[in-house]
Amino acid sequence: MEALKISPGFEKVMPQEYLELVEDGPYGRGLGVKDLGTFKELIEVHPLCAGCALGLSIRLILASLPNPENTVIVGTTGCNAILMPQVAIHNIHCLFGNQSAVATGLKRALRLRYPNTHKDVVVMAGDGGVVDIGLAPTMHSWFRREQFTTIMLDNEGYSNTGGQESGMTRQGVVVNMAPLGKKFPKVPLHEVAKVAGCAYVATATPARARRLGQMVRRAILVAREIGPAYVQIFCPCSTNYKFPPAESLKRAKETEITEYMVPEAKEWIERIEKGPKAEEVSNEA
Amino acid sequence: MSTLIGLPKNGYRVVPGPEAYLSPSAAIMGVVLPEEGQGLIEGEIVPQEVAMEEIANRLLSARNPMLFPGPLVLWAWSDKAVAKAKALQDMVAEVPGMRIIPMPDYRPKYPMINPEVEINPNHPNLTIWHNNIDVCMFVGVHCHFANLALKIVRAGTDCYTIALCGERGHEDAMITLRDVHAEEVRKITETIKRVKMGRVSCQKEE
Repeated sequence: MEALKISPGFEKVMPQEYLELVEDGPYGRGLGVKDLGTFKELIEVHPLCAGCALGLSIRLILASLPNPENTVIVGTTGCNAILMPQVAIHNIHCLFGNQSAVATGLKRALRLRYPNTHKDVVVMAGDGGVVDIGLAPTMHSWFRREQFTTIMLDNEGYSNTGGQESGMTRQGVVVNMAPLGKKFPKVPLHEVAKVAGCAYVATATPARARRLGQMVRRAILVAREIGPAYVQIFCPCSTNYKFPPAESLKRAKETEITEYMVPEAKEWIERIEKGPKAEEVSNEA
Repeated sequence: MSTLIGLPKNGYRVVPGPEAYLSPSAAIMGVVLPEEGQGLIEGEIVPQEVAMEEIANRLLSARNPMLFPGPLVLWAWSDKAVAKAKALQDMVAEVPGMRIIPMPDYRPKYPMINPEVEINPNHPNLTIWHNNIDVCMFVGVHCHFANLALKIVRAGTDCYTIALCGERGHEDAMITLRDVHAEEVRKITETIKRVKMGRVSCQKEE
């Protein structure tokens, strides 16, 4: 990668981590979930709780980005915000809930500044950021057909503030600071996304790693060419829901995997995946 | 060329700290950025050449001078960046004992950062303390992170800070120059060589 070279002479003072990222990182190599363990990853350590399915999901998402060197992740307050600053690609932390508004401006500006390159903008936020506090900016970005991907890391509550219920908490569930139990059903945001204008909508789980990787990749590629994309990933929280960390993946399986594409998106994905170089997607616009 | 302003009216000088846990920014204290052809020494506007001379003197007098190159020169993202990186390495070679600790990006890497091998704008003071750096030079650090790091260094350490800026300069450094590219770095190197030769001549005469 031309953009990821160290200035000659400075190699000898660069920390080992950066030398490894340049030599063996995923930039410009078309790698994916199936290649995990064979390259230097964009995140290697994180401060999230033991058994956090969100940490695993982010690892899989990062490994699935079609062009990490040309990707900007936009996030907001939540458990993932503790991890994201340590990731070795551009990421922006927004005020709670306005991530889709920031991503809108960013995507439009990048398209003007780099007309010949796909710059992928990926909103990655928790259920509180997307469905509660940030619902209006999220929905309006879909109504406006903004071409970026929204990924919700759905741990069904506000976990790092002590355990409050969110719109994504299931009906009847009792969490630390919602002792009477949730009074209304989980928000069906993936259904809302379809009617709000998303060209690609999926619900995924880190328990099905390759499928999750495929969905994230498809979402980003559809967002490039067709329209907004939404991926909802179920990330059970052992801290808030009080189950042993070792059970996270077992619980993560307890969700429905769904995928929806508008006809243009389906045609576009088929063209890419059945093409001669199915694994390599150019970032030239 | 604008009129030289000198020190702020309140006489505030940007001197080595420790200033305070929450030190005031130099801008709030009335320090203004230099115009073209000028630099700042401890908050006072001076001609660029005077600032270069002082940089040479500070580096050559330091026990442990250190270059902190940032992403804008560490990464070969343009021909200008590569040329500036080369000029900086030539400059470091002219200062006896000068070392380099890089700032490759701005990720907070708690708790694993090793201050022996890298600096981070989130805790530059650890790097300064750990190595007993008495004079440091920031180059190629994006403005907002340079401002943050320079302020933290001034707040919590007695390190003498120098900031070579490609834009307008950094008022929170003890010495700053603006519009510094490869050519200006080479001028600093020439100044260092001249000052060094002057010192050798003085010693011979003694």
